Amino acid sequence: MSTPAIQIIELHKYFGDLEVLKGIDFQIDRGEVVCIVGPSGSGKSTLLRCVNLLEEPTSGQVLIDGIDITDPSVDIDQMRTRIGMVFQQFNLFPHLTVLGNLTIAQIKVLKRSKEEAETVAMDMLERVGVADKAHEYPIRCSGGQQQRVAIARSLCMGPEMMLFDEPTSALDPELVGEVLDVMRSLARDGMTMMVVTHEMGFAKDVADRVVFMDDGVIVEEGPPSEVLVNPRTDRARRFLRMVAEK
Amino acid sequence: MATRKRRVGPWSLGTVVAWLITIFVVAMLAIVADWERIGHHFFNLEVAEAMLPQLLTVAARNTVIYTIASFCIGFVLALMLALMRLSSFGPARAFALAYIELFRGLPALVTLILLAFGIPIAFSLRIPGGSMGAAVTGLSIVAGAYMAETIRGGIEAVPRGQMEAARSLGMSHGRTMFSIILPQAFRIMIPPLTNEFVLLIKDTSLFYVVGSTPATRELVKFARDFMSDRRNATPLTVIAVVYLLITLPLTYLVRRLEARVGKGR
Repeated sequence: MSTPAIQIIELHKYFGDLEVLKGIDFQIDRGEVVCIVGPSGSGKSTLLRCVNLLEEPTSGQVLIDGIDITDPSVDIDQMRTRIGMVFQQFNLFPHLTVLGNLTIAQIKVLKRSKEEAETVAMDMLERVGVADKAHEYPIRCSGGQQQRVAIARSLCMGPEMMLFDEPTSALDPELVGEVLDVMRSLARDGMTMMVVTHEMGFAKDVADRVVFMDDGVIVEEGPPSEVLVNPRTDRARRFLRMVAEK
Repeated sequence: MATRKRRVGPWSLGTVVAWLITIFVVAMLAIVADWERIGHHFFNLEVAEAMLPQLLTVAARNTVIYTIASFCIGFVLALMLALMRLSSFGPARAFALAYIELFRGLPALVTLILLAFGIPIAFSLRIPGGSMGAAVTGLSIVAGAYMAETIRGGIEAVPRGQMEAARSLGMSHGRTMFSIILPQAFRIMIPPLTNEFVLLIKDTSLFYVVGSTPATRELVKFARDFMSDRRNATPLTVIAVVYLLITLPLTYLVRRLEARVGKGR
C-alpha cells in the first residue's frame, strides 16, 4: 500500500484553555478529494490549517507523504511548496499585479527566472480562465476572478495537494459557480484535495469522501451518498436539515 | 428663489457677526500698528541681502543634510526596533519597548547633550563626525524611537491573511516581511512618516546646543547669529520662508508618491 498524501494522527489543538480539536485521526490518499463539512466552530478550518502548520498542533502528528511536519527539524517552507492553500478571503497581494502575485513565490522560493515564472503563471491563468487579467491589480477583479487567481497562484508552485478553506463563502452567489468549476476540473485532473465547504452540491458531486465534524471531533465519514444523504448520526442529520433549509 | 436662499444659507447671523468682529479687530490692529518699525525689524531687505549667499550655501544646505541623515539612520533603527517589537523572542521585545519608551520620553535636547558631552566624558569615546556627528546620531536615536511605533502600526495594519498566504506558498517569515508585508505597510506609513520628516527638519534647530562652527550652522543658529549681529529680527522672517521652501515642495512630492503607490488599492 502506498503512503497516504495526508495522514493525521491523534491531533489535538488548544486555543488557550479551549480545546478546538479533540483527537483527530484520518488520512487522505493520493488523488482523493475529501470534503469536510460541519457547523461553524466545529474545528474544520483549524484542522485544515494544521495540515500546512499555519496552526501549530498542540499534540499529535501531521504526516505529509510520510514526513511528519510537526517535527521541528523538517523544513516547513519547503513542505509548504508541496501543499497549495486557498483561503476564504482570497488573500491576494494587493500591491502586486495578478502576474506579480503568481510569480513572486516562484522567483523567491523556487528560484525560477522571471521569464520561466511568467510562462508558468500564464499557463495557470489560462487554466483557471483569467489570463486576460494578468496585468491588472487584484482590486480590479471580481471576487470569483480573485479566487481563481488565488488557485492559480497555488498551482504555480506545482503542489501535490491542495487545501481549500471555504473557498466560496466570501463570494456573491452568482460567482460561486466559476470557482467550483475550476475546482471540479482540478479534481478531474487527479489533484489530491481537502476542502472545507458549505457547498453540499459540490461535495455530493465531486468528493470521494465526506467528513462530518462537530465540536472538535470527526462524527461521521464515508462516501457522500451515505454521509450527505443517509447520515447515521443524529448530529449530522440535524446539520444537513439546517443547511437544506437555508 | 430656492438657489438664492441656499446661497444665503451659510451667512447666518452668527457668522456675519463673527466676520464683522474679525474684520474690525484686524482693521484696528492694522491702523494702530507701527508699520515702519515692523518693516524695519522684520522685513529689512538690507539685512536679508546680507544673509546671502551663506543662507543657502551653508545654513539651508546643512539643515537639509542633517535632516536627511537623521531620517535615514532613524528609519533603519526604527525598522529594526519595530521588527524586534513584533518578534516572538521576549528579550528583543523588551529591549525595543524600553528603547522606545526611553527616547520618546526624554526631550530630544537632553539626548543630544548626553550624546555630545556625556559619552565623551564617561567613556573618553568620541562619536565620529565631531559635534555634528554626535548631534545627527542623537536625533537619529530619537527619530528611531518615534518611527518605530509608526512602522509597527503599519505592519500591524496589514491583514493577517497576507502573512498566511505568503507562508503557505513556502516563503519564509523574513522573506514575507520584506516582499509582502512591508511594501503594503509602507503605503500606510507614508503620511505619518512625512510628518516625522517635517518635525525632524525643525528638530535640527536643536543642534546649536552641541556647539556649531560657522561652517556647520543650520538655519536657526545662522539666523540667531545674524540677529545678535545686526540687532534685527529680519533673519527670522527669512528662515521662516526658507523652511517653507523646503517643506512645501516636499509634502507636494509625497502626495504624488502616495498617489503613485496607491494604484493597487
